[in-house]
Order: sequence, then C-alpha cells, then structure tokens
Amino acid sequence: MSTLKDALTSALGENVTLRDAQYPNSVISCTVPKEKFVDAAKTMKKAFALLAAEWATDESPMGRGFGVYACYRWGAEYLIVKTEISVDDPTFPSLTKQFVPAYRFERQIKSLMGITPAGHPDPRPWIKFEDWPEDAWPLRKSFDPSKPMSRVKGEYQWIKADGEGVYEIPVGPVHAGIIEPGHFRFQAVGETVINLEGRLGYVHKGIEKRFESLSWHEGARLAARVSGDTTVAHVLAYCMAMESMAGCNPPERALWLRALFLERERIANHLGDLGAICNDAAFAFMLYQMMRLKEMLMRTNHKLFGHRFIMDKVIPGGVAVDIGPEGKSEIYNEMDYLSKEFEKLVAIYDENSSLEDRVRDTGILSAEMARELCVVGIVARASGLNLDCRIFNPFPPYGQYERLKLDVPVLVTGDVHARAWVRVLEVRESIRLIRWLLVNLPGGAIACPETMPEPGSAGFAAVEGWRGEIIYWLQAGLKGEINRCMVRDPSSVNWLGLEQSIHGNIVPDFPLCNKSYNQSYSGHDL
Amino acid sequence: MIKILLQILRTGIVTEPLPPAGEPGIIGSGIKEPCIIEPEIKEIGTKLEEAIRKRFRRSLTIRQVDAGSCNGCELEIHAINNPIYNCERFGIHFTASPRFADMLLVTGPVTHNMEIALQRTYNATPTPKLVVAVGDCGCNGGIFGTSYASLGGIDKVIPVDAYISGCPPTPVDLLNGILKAIR
Repeated sequence: MSTLKDALTSALGENVTLRDAQYPNSVISCTVPKEKFVDAAKTMKKAFALLAAEWATDESPMGRGFGVYACYRWGAEYLIVKTEISVDDPTFPSLTKQFVPAYRFERQIKSLMGITPAGHPDPRPWIKFEDWPEDAWPLRKSFDPSKPMSRVKGEYQWIKADGEGVYEIPVGPVHAGIIEPGHFRFQAVGETVINLEGRLGYVHKGIEKRFESLSWHEGARLAARVSGDTTVAHVLAYCMAMESMAGCNPPERALWLRALFLERERIANHLGDLGAICNDAAFAFMLYQMMRLKEMLMRTNHKLFGHRFIMDKVIPGGVAVDIGPEGKSEIYNEMDYLSKEFEKLVAIYDENSSLEDRVRDTGILSAEMARELCVVGIVARASGLNLDCRIFNPFPPYGQYERLKLDVPVLVTGDVHARAWVRVLEVRESIRLIRWLLVNLPGGAIACPETMPEPGSAGFAAVEGWRGEIIYWLQAGLKGEINRCMVRDPSSVNWLGLEQSIHGNIVPDFPLCNKSYNQSYSGHDL
Repeated sequence: MIKILLQILRTGIVTEPLPPAGEPGIIGSGIKEPCIIEPEIKEIGTKLEEAIRKRFRRSLTIRQVDAGSCNGCELEIHAINNPIYNCERFGIHFTASPRFADMLLVTGPVTHNMEIALQRTYNATPTPKLVVAVGDCGCNGGIFGTSYASLGGIDKVIPVDAYISGCPPTPVDLLNGILKAIR
C-alpha cells in the first residue's frame, strides 16, 4: 500500500514501470519516460509529497546511458522516480518549477555529471568553480579522477542589486572564526539585508567519486568523514543502505547501540549549538557552560567507546564496540548530572530578556516557505513541518512506539528562538531515550558477518542525524562494486532556507541566524 | 541575573589544574563531575606556557584555516578553547585575521577549490610564521587521498613546520603538536 505509487500509476498509467532490485522493499522505485518526468513531479506535488533528493548516475558500465533520479517523501513513504537519458542527448526536463530544492540539485547534476536540466532558470555551475575545465564532469565514468585539474579563466556571475544606498558585503571563504569555508554576499541598505547569496563548494573533496574506487568496507570509513560532526548518523545511513542490499540483518543489540550513539551525538551537537547561538548574541556565559557539558560527553565517549565522536564504531553488520554494566552506570550517572545542569541553564536562557530580544522574531522561515523549500530536520520542525525519520522511517528500537513513546517537538514560529528551543526539547528527549535504551538494552552479539551487496542492486536509507534527515542511495555495479554513492546531507536543502530567512533582517543578526541553522559545508560540498 | 551569578559560583573553575595537582575527579569548587581528568594536560600545559613565555613573549596568536576538512578537526580546535582546556591561559589566542597571526593551524586535505584561498592566507601572514598541518587529512590527504578535487596534505601547497596526526587529533594531541612546533 503506497499512496504515492497509487497517485503516480493513476496519473501516468502505462508510462510507469516498477523496478525491482531496489532495497529495502518499503522504498518504491519506478521508471518513467523522459517526457513524463515533469508530469510525475506535478503528480507528486498534488499528492503533497516533498522532494527529498535529485541525483544522476552514469550507468555506462551496465550498458545503459545516464539515469536521473528524483526521490519524493510523504510521511513514511519514499518513492524514487527514475528516467533514463541517452548519451547522445544528455538533457532532462528540469523540476525546479515544481520543487524549489531541485534548483541546487540540478545545478549540481549539470556541473558534476554534465547532463543539462532543460528549462532550469539558472545556468551557473554549482560546486564546480569557474576555473575548472568546461568538460570536467567528475561523476562520469570516462573522467579520470586521479589527475589534478588545470585551471582556466572564468568569473562567477553574482546576483547584483543596485539603487541608491545599496552596498555589498563579501564574506569568506576564510571566515573570522574556527569554521568551515564558504562565501556569502550580502546586498544591504543601511543595516537591512535585502539579499543574501551563498556560494559553496570550497570543501568539495570529490567524496562521491571517491566512493566508487573504494571497497564497501572502506566506504564506511569515508562515510564517517563526510561531515565530522555527524559521523555516527552518516556512517549509519551508509551501513543501513548497504545492509539492505546485502540482505544482512544486524543483531538487535547492535541496533540499540547504534541508537545510543546517535542520541549521544545529537545531545553533544545540540549543546554546542545552544552555546554558540547565545554566544553570537554576546552571551558568552552560556557558551562556556554548554561547552563544559559537551566536553563531559566527549570524554565519556572516549573512555567507553574509544573515540570522542564515536567515529568508525558503527560498521557494516553492526557496531564495533560494546558496553558493559560499568559503562551503563557511568552513562546513567552522566545523564543525571547533565539533566540537572542543563535544566538550570535552560531556565537562565528562558528568563534572559536581552537574549530574548535578539532571538525572537529574528531570521523567520515561515511554514509555507519551509514546505516550499522542502527543508528537513530541526529547521523544518522549528517551522511547523512534522518530519523525523525516527518516527516515519524508524529502525529498531525507534520502531517500538508503544514502549518508546518518542516525542518529536514541532514549533511554528520559525525564528532563531524556535530553532534553539527545538534543540532544547530534543536534548531532553534524547536524555530520556538514552536512559530507556540502557535499561532495556537486549543481550546478544553486536555484529553479524558482513555480506556483500547483490550485483546490480540499489539500496536506500534515511537516518535522522542531529541536523535532520540524511539520505544515502547506493548502487552496486555488475561485479558487485560501488557504482554510485549518492549522499544527501540535510544541509543540501537547508542552505536555501538560511538565504530566505535573512531577508529583511539586519546584518549583525546574520551570525545569529547562521548559528541557529549551523549547516555543514563539508556535507553539502562533498 | 542572580541565577547566572549562582551558576557561575556553583560551577567554580572547571579548567584542569596545572601542578600542584588537584585531587583527581574533583574539579573547581568540589563538584564531582562524572568525567575523567586527563593527566597529560598538566605536563603539556606547563611546557607550553614556558615555551610561549620565552619565545612569543607570552602570546602566541593563531589563525585557523579550514582548507577542506570534514569539520571534525574544527570541533577539537574549538574544544581546546573550552573552559576545561582553556588554552588562553598558556598565552594561545585565536585571531580572526591572518595579518596578526604567528601561526597558521591548517586542516585539510587542501581542496582544488581552496588552494588559492589558502595560498592568499599564507601570503597575508607576516613572516616569521609557523604552519602546522592538523589531522591525518592535513598531513597526507587521509582517506580523501589525492584526486581531481583533493590535492592531499597541506605541504603540497604551502611549507609546513609541524604535523599533528589523528582523526581527528584530540585536544591533548593538538596542544602537544602546537608545543612541538614552537619549541
């Protein structure tokens, strides 16, 4: 039973061909002819679906041309629509007019795969800088990734604004702080920002191409380094997609430990963000208090699991580290202490009127805009969208609603405060979850023997990292190697949200808005 | 306001003490935190402070540059600024402008798209200057290796004086590496 599939087949009839070898079976995959690709998107829009990702593959090793895929989400359902593109005519109809996030996805497809989205309003490249050779399309199989690229002359065409008193502020890529590189351009009148344009791609390390030269096992190490702050969630999504293709079912205990790591990662990052948001409103007290609590978690991770970020501890087939009774009681005590301290700090945040003045009504992303931009994660939940893979696409133990009673906070104001407050509520919930996981942790093995994915199959996984939904889509080649690994970090869609929220705000509020989003550059640039 | 003051008083000084050593596990005003004190920090801290006093007149100014990292190293560099490591007490200060910097702390691998920006940052830093490559990727490209998009370690683009390996290096590794570079 799938609402999206029914909607699609009733609208397009015989044009829809269902495809098999897409795992897990709950994710439906189908092929439509190129000329029906936009109609499929229109049908999805009518069915209230959101665009989760759009990507392209080079399937020449399988004797086919290119494939363009669009993944739609509605509630718990994911539907992947594929259209096949011939090598002689590398164009496909653009979905940007139906779904705004396709704007960036398609620029990326054009830049890295060399397939042109017909009807796309913006011909400028994305991630591919103007000094790359014109015909450098790294995701094509014919491209040799081992050689460095030469530089050519070129200039990026920025969106311009003019008029009396309009001025421009360029920022980056090397920012004033210990953060990742990206370039932002503000057009402002007085203190008011009238437009912000971001330009990313500075940390493009060729991750998606790199996957294609690695074994499945090494791939897990690379996935853990797509975005260092979200290492657990990324590698988890990779492993889940791979395991679905390989028919591998990790033992129950391993799944629960994965959830434990995921929630610890969520708490640590939310604490850091809450501190940083307050710090950008000149309330340094909160930064230091939160960093103290975060450091406590990092050290416990190091002591119990052997790594401060729990990196490389989720592996294909299970987890690499177990927890004993002493470890359990240590985390239990830590959660008691954390919870007590955290509540005191939350009370201080909540009662501080000068802080409130900065964070309320600042950087609003309206519910309509959030839906239009298909944002995910904390940003979506602060703007009234009820999305959380832990509820809608759960893996055990999250699937046990009756026992777990997971509470996902959804706020509607969409301002900096809402994004901060969603984090507060999530920290509380994660503390409760961790306690529950420890009490009910099942016994047994922590990993099963690794099995290899079936040649020619494709796997999909969505995991709720601390920023939001992370999607991995893996495709095995005919010899069973990695033919394509598509990574969609929450930042890939949420960056568009930041550009919209800043309109009409004052320049000094930009850092505050930016911190409340805290997007990954590395996860976006890949 | 009273709550803020109370919280500050209650928290006390959480910075890990240098010799004479405090009782292990007891931090600040006697609150027992469920975490462990890293004994190395005492030793490294003392040496760092001494080296910075002698060679940099008590102030070592660092500009951090992300030349393509995954943000893991950045989080640990943040951590040495947290109140527990509190690197400012040794005279280490992070600056926004490379023009004030004595040292560049560079994380990698250097991407094709960051090469020029890194080169410019290096040129903007006054001589004498030190460059420290941070993390396995900064040292040799790590898992990203060398490719069309990643040029590999920092030393492929600018001269490097010291290397700090680790994925990511822990705050203690970072302090140790900075010490190694200035000695």
